[in-house]
Amino acid sequence: MSTQDIGAIVEAEEGASLWNDAWLRLKKNRAAVTGGVVLVVMVVLVLLTPWIAPYSYEAQNLDLGATPPSAAHWLGTDIFGRDLLTQILYGGRISLAVGFIATAVALVIGVTWGAVAGYVGGRVDSMMMRFVDILYALPFMIFIILLMVVFGRNILLLFLAIGAVEWLTMARIMRTQVQSLRQQEFVEAAVSLGLAPAAIIFRHIIPNAIGPIIVYTTLTIPSVMLLEAFLSFLGLGIQPPQTSWGLLISYGAETMEEYPWLLIFPGAALTITLFSLNFLGDGLRDALDVRGSKD
Amino acid sequence: MVRFILWRLLQAIPVIFVVITATFFLVRSAPGGPFDSEKAVLPEVKRALEAQYKLDLPLHEQYVAYLGDLSSGDLGPSFKYPGRSVNEILSSGLPVTAELGLYALTFALFVGVLAGVFAALKPNTRQDFIPMGMAMIGICMPSFLLGPLLVLVFGIYLDWLPIAGWGDLPGDKILPSITLGSAYAAYIARLSRAGMLEILSQDYIRTARAKGLPEWQVVTQHALRGGLIPVIAFLGPAFAGLLAGSFVVETIFQIPGLGRFYVQAAFNRDYTMILGTTVFLSTLIVFFNLISDVIAAWLNPRLRAQFKGGA
Amino acid sequence: MMRLFQSLVPASVLVVLLTACGSGESNVESGNREGYLHYGNGAEPQGLDPQVVTGVPENHIVRALFEGLAVKNPKTLEPEPGVAERWEISEDGTVYTFYINPKAKWSNGEAMTASDYVWSWNRALHPDTGSLYAYMLYPIINSEAYSKREITDFNEVGVKALDDQTLQVTLNAPTPYFLQLMDHYSSFAVHPETLLKHGKMTDRFTPWTRVGSIVSNGPFTLEEWSLNRRIIIKKSEHYWDRDNVALNGVYFYPTENVVSEERMFRAEQLHYTAVVPLDKIPDYRTRENSPYVQSPYLGTYYYLVNTDRPPVDNVLVRQALSYALDRDKLTRTVLQDTAIAAYSITPPDTLGYNPPKLFSYDPSKARDLLAEAGYPNGEGWPGLEIIYNTQEAHRKIAVAVQQMWKKELNIDITIANQEWKVYLNSVSQREFQVARRGWIGDYVDPNNFLDLFITDGGNNNTGYANDIYDEIILERAPKAKTREARYSLFTEAETMMMNDMPIIPIYTYTSKHLIHPSVEGIYPNLMDSLNLKYVTLHPGRRLDTESK
Repeated sequence: MSTQDIGAIVEAEEGASLWNDAWLRLKKNRAAVTGGVVLVVMVVLVLLTPWIAPYSYEAQNLDLGATPPSAAHWLGTDIFGRDLLTQILYGGRISLAVGFIATAVALVIGVTWGAVAGYVGGRVDSMMMRFVDILYALPFMIFIILLMVVFGRNILLLFLAIGAVEWLTMARIMRTQVQSLRQQEFVEAAVSLGLAPAAIIFRHIIPNAIGPIIVYTTLTIPSVMLLEAFLSFLGLGIQPPQTSWGLLISYGAETMEEYPWLLIFPGAALTITLFSLNFLGDGLRDALDVRGSKD
Repeated sequence: MVRFILWRLLQAIPVIFVVITATFFLVRSAPGGPFDSEKAVLPEVKRALEAQYKLDLPLHEQYVAYLGDLSSGDLGPSFKYPGRSVNEILSSGLPVTAELGLYALTFALFVGVLAGVFAALKPNTRQDFIPMGMAMIGICMPSFLLGPLLVLVFGIYLDWLPIAGWGDLPGDKILPSITLGSAYAAYIARLSRAGMLEILSQDYIRTARAKGLPEWQVVTQHALRGGLIPVIAFLGPAFAGLLAGSFVVETIFQIPGLGRFYVQAAFNRDYTMILGTTVFLSTLIVFFNLISDVIAAWLNPRLRAQFKGGA
Repeated sequence: MMRLFQSLVPASVLVVLLTACGSGESNVESGNREGYLHYGNGAEPQGLDPQVVTGVPENHIVRALFEGLAVKNPKTLEPEPGVAERWEISEDGTVYTFYINPKAKWSNGEAMTASDYVWSWNRALHPDTGSLYAYMLYPIINSEAYSKREITDFNEVGVKALDDQTLQVTLNAPTPYFLQLMDHYSSFAVHPETLLKHGKMTDRFTPWTRVGSIVSNGPFTLEEWSLNRRIIIKKSEHYWDRDNVALNGVYFYPTENVVSEERMFRAEQLHYTAVVPLDKIPDYRTRENSPYVQSPYLGTYYYLVNTDRPPVDNVLVRQALSYALDRDKLTRTVLQDTAIAAYSITPPDTLGYNPPKLFSYDPSKARDLLAEAGYPNGEGWPGLEIIYNTQEAHRKIAVAVQQMWKKELNIDITIANQEWKVYLNSVSQREFQVARRGWIGDYVDPNNFLDLFITDGGNNNTGYANDIYDEIILERAPKAKTREARYSLFTEAETMMMNDMPIIPIYTYTSKHLIHPSVEGIYPNLMDSLNLKYVTLHPGRRLDTESK
């Protein structure tokens, strides 16, 4: 057999046991499992929203106005008399979608970009990172305004726009990680085995850098959700009567003394989701950490 | 190392040039101009205004004229604030935002690194969950929520701190700095915890411990360096995001900083102001990225060896 | 490490507390003691040049630094002597002769002269200056022609300095509100030598308005101008009426964030707020000695309808939409009773003029009209979009209106907020079906509102074009001999217009402020016009803080 065949076999074995091990470890982490369960419940709830929501999200009752939780409205109503629970459910659809999709976009582009730059180094690295610098320095507000105006108020574009901004940071962090990993022995071993750079990057380096990647992803999702709130608040994002958790929180913040429930419940929804994401992310990172053995 | 820095500085020039050019043409393609206002502008008036600000020249001529002014350091007059030059607005707002950013980041680094390292030392225990839980809350809480909350509690109900202004009343710099810094503190806490956990599980740390070194020495002399690499890499973008992030804080606390001007300039289509801040900001970002790369490289002993040897 | 951390935390907390405690005297207390008013002014002013700026925040400061030929009494809005100590109006109402007070001085001690006015109005009307308010002086003979470069010799314009103290102005037609225009800042005089020191007469961005350079003629002078932080003005030594000015000075703060401004007021960092957040108002109303002051304001909030675009090109559809709107409910609930339902463009009681009320809330009539228009019960409705510029209040109204129309008429309505400049562009290019709009009067006269809708008027934006309407507004009304005749012409025009419904009026504005109990002399009036001369401060009064 050639060295390449051996390499292939070794790789295949490695692959199977790595993920299996990880899954077992993950299951033992109670916090992570709880987080995962909560997250799944959230996602299911928002997916089923059109069927389970108690009211239509548009139905106003102006005479009712804002009222605290009651039997008819479990979480209270907003100033238009709209049911808050319904608003939170529909808002969750948008927020979770923005969070996941935009982050996924940022992740894919950023990780690949940063990893390639960090691994290849030299002139390619310089050019790639200078491109990142340029995009960083461009005035973000103008860019978003242009996008929104030229291409219309498509939510999908909002996701892309946000993802297009977030990937830059991911790329930088990835590149730094890869640079430090590149020096390690297992990479040298892979190189000497004759593996192609693409294979090395995707099968060896990225999995080993997965710790900070996962952590940064769990940081990016809330950042993305809040960025969406900021944009919508400025009038560049979600259009009423559609809503999102970020929007609900920003409106709730203004009236937190008069109608605290308008802030507390959307805030709780966001916090619970992000906490769950966080625990799950931590659990994933711990589970996938090949070298780590916690004392 | 020196050659590395010089080479990066050289690269910075085309970067900034590209940014300026892209921004110049970008802002002019957004609909709506600087002189559109609610009461209709008579065509003669509009023409007079455009003539005074050279907006009636063809686009490429305006571009060349702008570059010419730029090379002598003149960023032009602001369209929105007649009588004020962009240089002037920048120099009035910049020190304020810089100071706010400095306090915020110092707070963030201090609290964040301490919390993150602390948590990493005893993972999955209370020492870990409590600081990380608070960090999570810090991330979930946008500044337009945390700010008013702090204002209500400390400014109005307890009446301990002033709630607006910067340098007008004693103690008025505390709440804004904490508000702006909290989000960063939370990120830094999590990043440093993750980084420290990676490092602490490495073999050379085990060796150090086995050698009998006290824990704090293990942490500060051996682990911190590698563990803080992701934090360092984060600082570059953190500075960049500071300007837009400070906008919200500056609005809530009535702070005369650059963040407010910058975001409003986009809405006002104040071309010169947008370009001026972008020029300035891009220069700053390029330098900060450079510095943070240098520090990350320096902290990584292997990369450092590479630089000393070759490039 | 652990111990270090443990000791750092309480230490830092202690430091914070020590520096923070004893936040000292509030602005209100120190202001009352020193005679300085702390005024929330809403936004950083664009500038202080009377012929360049537009906008309410600028208005307040410019009118404290400068004074016009005539001023308005803050309670009655009747004209009173300003720089001019008296004036004469000719029999036919077209020639005004102003006699300048010999004691009227610039802030550098020089006496004001009539030629200062001639020079300043030349600047205001000159096409190169690009003054957005040049049209305010158009009642003057040949002024419009001069602005449009049809004539180039300013001597042909109807304003002359007969001598140092006498200014004579000749108008195209009798203009009953002309004296009110003299209180508008675009007609204020500026000091020619000062401007010429910094540039040409028509230059817009010279630093002549800076502290140290600026020369003004009003009750106050400019003391400090920290960009985006505060503007401080001080009582003027050379003002002709300085004995009647009680304040020593004013601090203007650029309070953009409405909610922050209210908190500053509560913490007694401000005497006065520019606006009040809607949701806080019910609470303020319940208090005794409430600092909340609400009063009618000369402005109308309405929706523009593009009469060239289907489905609203059909007058029946426009009427249906108007009939289906429950304005009373809107103003009561969403607007917390801070507005008055409007059924026409001119606000009620505009100097004695009352607009016609041609319709009311009648959903069944609305449905009939819609059916007649070809959309029975909403069938076949192609959809309608309301655009508005990003602002909380506009959003609230648009959301509520959208639901009302959907519910009553069973039609599909979308709303879209647009960023400010994009919105302005859409409105001026008429790229909309329905757009939100507001119009605040510059002077108290129905003409200010009705002349919006002349054919191709710059602020018409609806496509409404009616020759008879134009004739009444532009020719017959100005020539009316008596106020009654004039007003009945206006009623005729307004009735004609509102039957066509090119706009859907929604409400009449009110001005809303929070005023600290130690302040007296800020009288609510229709123009929300502030005259700082009348303001006095009374130390020792505190805000009734009911804990909430």
